[in-house]
Amino acid sequence: MDSAALLGELPRLRRYARALVRDRAAADDLVQDTLERAWSRSAQWRPGGDLRAWLFGIMHNLRIDQLRRPELATLPIADDDLEVPIRATQSDRLEVGDLEAALAGLPEEQRAVLLLVALEEMRYEQVAHALGIPIGTVMSRLARGRERLRLILEGSVPSAKLRVVR
Amino acid sequence: MKPQTVSEADLHAYLDGELPEGRRADVEAYLAAQPAAAERLKAYRSQRDALRQHFDRVVDEPLPARLRQLAEAPGVAVDREKPPLLARWSVQRIAAGLVIALLGGVAGWLGHGQYQGSERVAQMTPLARQAAIAHVVYSPDVRRPVEVTADQEDQLVKWLSKRLGTAINPPKLGALGYELIGGRLLPGNTGPVAQFMYHDGSGQRLTLYVSTENTVSHDTGFRFSREGPVNVFYWVDGKFGYALSAGIDKGELARVATAVYDQLEHK
Repeated sequence: MDSAALLGELPRLRRYARALVRDRAAADDLVQDTLERAWSRSAQWRPGGDLRAWLFGIMHNLRIDQLRRPELATLPIADDDLEVPIRATQSDRLEVGDLEAALAGLPEEQRAVLLLVALEEMRYEQVAHALGIPIGTVMSRLARGRERLRLILEGSVPSAKLRVVR
Repeated sequence: MKPQTVSEADLHAYLDGELPEGRRADVEAYLAAQPAAAERLKAYRSQRDALRQHFDRVVDEPLPARLRQLAEAPGVAVDREKPPLLARWSVQRIAAGLVIALLGGVAGWLGHGQYQGSERVAQMTPLARQAAIAHVVYSPDVRRPVEVTADQEDQLVKWLSKRLGTAINPPKLGALGYELIGGRLLPGNTGPVAQFMYHDGSGQRLTLYVSTENTVSHDTGFRFSREGPVNVFYWVDGKFGYALSAGIDKGELARVATAVYDQLEHK
């Protein structure tokens, strides 16, 4: 594995991680874990392969592990990201932060696919490879993710985080 | 040749440049005839533009040194800004610290008991702190996290209500994915308090601490406190003080706290 190539992928890994997990420190921790695992598994890396898809795949698996971890959440909590207990007002215009909040309202699996395609400009096939899912699943998650994000941004559905379940 | 039907997947593939060249005309004809679909596609395109615009700044940020080093030189020990997760031992250490703090408080109380009214005492060990201590002490307990389990809920309710001297019911949080494990009775500042414990499918535990010894005259809204690894939402309602504690993120805890609050309000 070539460290220059790895370095070249870093900015994109960071961008994706930031969009996926929102919190800056947690996102960089995820990137760091990805790099560590990439080096420790560099024997599995085949020169000439798709480095980007391989790295995003590693990050994806780490993220899944994180989400399944039953113990304490690792994300530090910023006081200003709290929306409690009820958010009644909705403005018509898209405001700073709305996009991130809306993204957070998507199920993780849809968010990941949407970001890889729309933000990282990966091809469906690369996404399927990175996430280890069939290409048809990539396309259905993409369609559902885009539609849900559209509805959230429109204000037609509340993002999941804001919904109060009784 | 008759145009082929255009599927939802075709629309996305069109937007993402994944559609075979020969099919683009079909989609364009379809969009011209279907304004609603065209509108939707436009929204998806502006999503994409907004995402890029919003997150592109990350690409331009200088790389954190620890990441650059790690990319360039594997095996170099890199200091983390913080550990990725709190290991169990550290939770226990924090628990021990909290217990020591509590014991210190109790010692102080015993030493100055003759001077104090109940308000001073309540101040000494605030609700959120009491609840957090009870959470870190009992929630990691594998064998006996509760005294009375949820399968004897009737008895649990009867027992706790009797000991607290007032009717008390654990809220139902099944709709949020949290099931009642059971409850226990704990010493509060001046009398008994109740702790209900819940868990979700992944084993994440959450405790609701109910005190009936509030002497402050006014109710409060939601308050948030962070006690070591534990986040706590608490509020006062008449003589009741409630505190919901868990090692989960604040937003998620807020969601549960809102549901608890609603149920207790409308009981």
